[in-house]
Amino acid sequence: MTKLQINGQVREVDVPDDMPLLWVLRDVVGLTGTKFGCGIAQCGACTVHLDGKAVRSCFLPVGEIGNRAITTIEAVGETSVGAEVQKAWLDLEVVQCGYCQSGQIMSAAALLATTPHPDDSDIDAAMAGNICRCGTYVRIRAAIKKAAGAQQA
Amino acid sequence: MTVHVAPKSPKPLSRRTILQTGAAAGGGLLLGFQSPFAAAAIPNATDGAMPETGPFAPDAFIRIDRAGRVSLIMPQAEMGQGVYTAHAMIIAEELDAAFDTVSVQASPPSDALYGNPIFGIQATGNSNSVRAFWTKLRQAGASARAMLVEAAATQWKVDPASCTASNSEVIHTASGRKLAYGALADAAAKVSPPAKPVLKNPKDFKLIGKPLKRLDTPDKVNGNALYGIDMMPAGVKFATIAACPVFGGKVAHVDDSAAKVIPGVRQIVVLDDLVAVVGDHMWAAKTGLSALTITWDEGPNAHVDSATVWKDIKAASEQEGAVAKTVGDAKKALQDGDAIEAHYELPFLAHAPMEPINCTVHVRPDGCDVWVGTQVQARTQAIAAKVTGLPLAKITLHNQLLGGGFGRRLEVDGIEKALRVGQKVDGPVKVVYTREEDIQHDAYRPVYYDRITATLKDGRIDGWNHRITGSSIMARWFPLGFSHGVDIDGVDSAIDEPYDIPNMRVEFVRHEPPAVSTGFWRGVGPNNNVFAIESFIDELAKKAGRDPVDFRLAMLAKKTPRLAAALKLAAQKSGWGSPLPPRTGRGVAVQVSFASFIATIAEVEVDREGHVRVHRITSAVDTGIAVNPDSIVAQLQGGLIFGTTAALYGEITIDKGRVQQSNFNNYRMLRIDETPAIDVHLIESGEAPGGIGETGTTAAPPALRNAIYAATGIPLRRLPFDREVLAGRKRV
Repeated sequence: MTKLQINGQVREVDVPDDMPLLWVLRDVVGLTGTKFGCGIAQCGACTVHLDGKAVRSCFLPVGEIGNRAITTIEAVGETSVGAEVQKAWLDLEVVQCGYCQSGQIMSAAALLATTPHPDDSDIDAAMAGNICRCGTYVRIRAAIKKAAGAQQA
Repeated sequence: MTVHVAPKSPKPLSRRTILQTGAAAGGGLLLGFQSPFAAAAIPNATDGAMPETGPFAPDAFIRIDRAGRVSLIMPQAEMGQGVYTAHAMIIAEELDAAFDTVSVQASPPSDALYGNPIFGIQATGNSNSVRAFWTKLRQAGASARAMLVEAAATQWKVDPASCTASNSEVIHTASGRKLAYGALADAAAKVSPPAKPVLKNPKDFKLIGKPLKRLDTPDKVNGNALYGIDMMPAGVKFATIAACPVFGGKVAHVDDSAAKVIPGVRQIVVLDDLVAVVGDHMWAAKTGLSALTITWDEGPNAHVDSATVWKDIKAASEQEGAVAKTVGDAKKALQDGDAIEAHYELPFLAHAPMEPINCTVHVRPDGCDVWVGTQVQARTQAIAAKVTGLPLAKITLHNQLLGGGFGRRLEVDGIEKALRVGQKVDGPVKVVYTREEDIQHDAYRPVYYDRITATLKDGRIDGWNHRITGSSIMARWFPLGFSHGVDIDGVDSAIDEPYDIPNMRVEFVRHEPPAVSTGFWRGVGPNNNVFAIESFIDELAKKAGRDPVDFRLAMLAKKTPRLAAALKLAAQKSGWGSPLPPRTGRGVAVQVSFASFIATIAEVEVDREGHVRVHRITSAVDTGIAVNPDSIVAQLQGGLIFGTTAALYGEITIDKGRVQQSNFNNYRMLRIDETPAIDVHLIESGEAPGGIGETGTTAAPPALRNAIYAATGIPLRRLPFDREVLAGRKRV
């Protein structure tokens, strides 16, 4: 059995150590907000936080996580940064199909947690690993800036 | 706001037939199709199942319960384009429902009840959801409103004409009395629908034209939204599949000894053309599939490669095609003048929606449930009936939000495969493609080869011949759309090109590529035609010594004034004509596609190594009445990025009968750090709404191509842009 701290709760799961966190979250724990996009850490749809840092869960074996805290899209709104990001996403109507947006929001929240006032190059560096096929990038950039402004206030 | 986009649990919708839902259901709202195909295509009646959520169910789209809750049943699939919100706005406008209390739900499969008035079948595509359903949904709302008003007037014993409706209430103006829709639901259900519902004057619209918040997005920012891939019926198992990497190949032998011993692997399903591994989770299925040793019988296509594909289509394009349109005498005009000729090539493209193809099925002897996100609900039900041998009425489809469609989910191949796997599995099974399977087993945007010949006279086009060579997707997908050798999608935006050309002719040569299946891809036929035409127009402008904007305006002003106005606005907003640094250029493209008039100007920089940096794209858009202006801007922004991806990177190549690309590392997508500034300017209009979802995708490639032409003088003739050519290491 592997013990995982997911969204503030301890979960015990009976899975192989090499199983990526993504599938544990989705298929074993039933948290389907984290999405499968590519399986090779190329698209960012599976992004979650590990001790507040954005990681690609499709490429992260559960055996390597240990005690680190896992936060998913279902709980990111409990942090003030996460809530501001979600609000900015809705205020600017970023979302289209929405499938990649869990990952986008997790990457954006991790960025703002360490860099409260990111410039365009910070945003590029933090967000270039997240593909949006609908092409919502223009609004993602604007929403990150809006959320950053809200944090300041 | 209470919003229910999709059922939270995969519970079957309650069902009853159209005849049981009241007198109105079979009425005139289902008639009046606008399309020449619809009459022939409809009705291929299914079981007519309709959701039941309240006593007042005046038609297929509106349900009002006694508490006044208004549920709207959405005929079209929500795949990000915002159709749930736009359709809800149109109905709520005429119904005078309080918009912040309406909820929406996916329609069940039924061509007869929910068929798209343009196609005649239940399908979301061709950017036509708003224009196809515009009148029908307004009539549905207005009819229901009239019934509610009449119910209230009867109760008050007053003339219905002395009553109004607003905010989900009927109001008797003189006395100030009010009755909520919920309180009228039972009485309104007994009222006969009006023979001819009176529609609002657009100047009285309260919702249409306002940038309202989308109904589907709140659940998409907190992980609660459910897509097909999120379905978890009790006891579900997880499967992933491998079809033969060579198109059309079969399974010869499978050694499953290593896979069977992997923990969590439950079953290996070997079918004629594919192998599936079923497990306790996707990881078991995936590792199990990798552990199989599959010997394929590659079949007759193992020799097919991209070089053959291009050689064949080029040869096919040398024959004259079926004539799709003639104006004047193009042949004579081309003989009389100094003809200029060019050809343009577009590659195969995969759709690559972020949600990989997936489908959850539970096949039982007495019925079958299908959970999926599809653009073709009734076709999904029909394929399930066909595979299982069950009657349509025994197939329950639970349509979900789509994690991107782009045309991929107009196909049911993945659903059909999941059903065949599901027949071998006891209990529900969720079949999920790996990204590699998704990219290598698509229905690809076809390769196209366009030849255009033209002559100039007094600085304008005098003769024009456009020969389009490519696959006919319609011939397979919707045979009514292919007749006398012409595919109506293949010639879309070519036969109705916007310029005033006295002698023009458009031909279509149907040429199916070997082995590769083709399908609709965001932008469909206009993608090809707008790229070829607008690229060539720039080459003609240069020949004529004219500015590309002026050259176009002269030929648009009379024939297509709405497009001319859009072009003038785009030119002004983009700073057209102002000086730019070296190796930087602006390019323009205009289009009348999907009944919208759009001018786009791109600004790009090309470095000595041939890298293209897109700085800015400006579009001016006249799409008629803009139902939700913010969604329209969003669709343009996203569509321009989708098209930019195709122009810079998009290409599927074939070698030894198989697709060479496999995932986002080698089938590249535009990312945020490459995204230009995008300015979209909406032009106010009282014309009927046009389509918008695909227009940006169509607009970007030619505008970018022409910007590169302006920056470098290199007339690129194929997509994606070849960096070797731009670096001067290869000829066009």
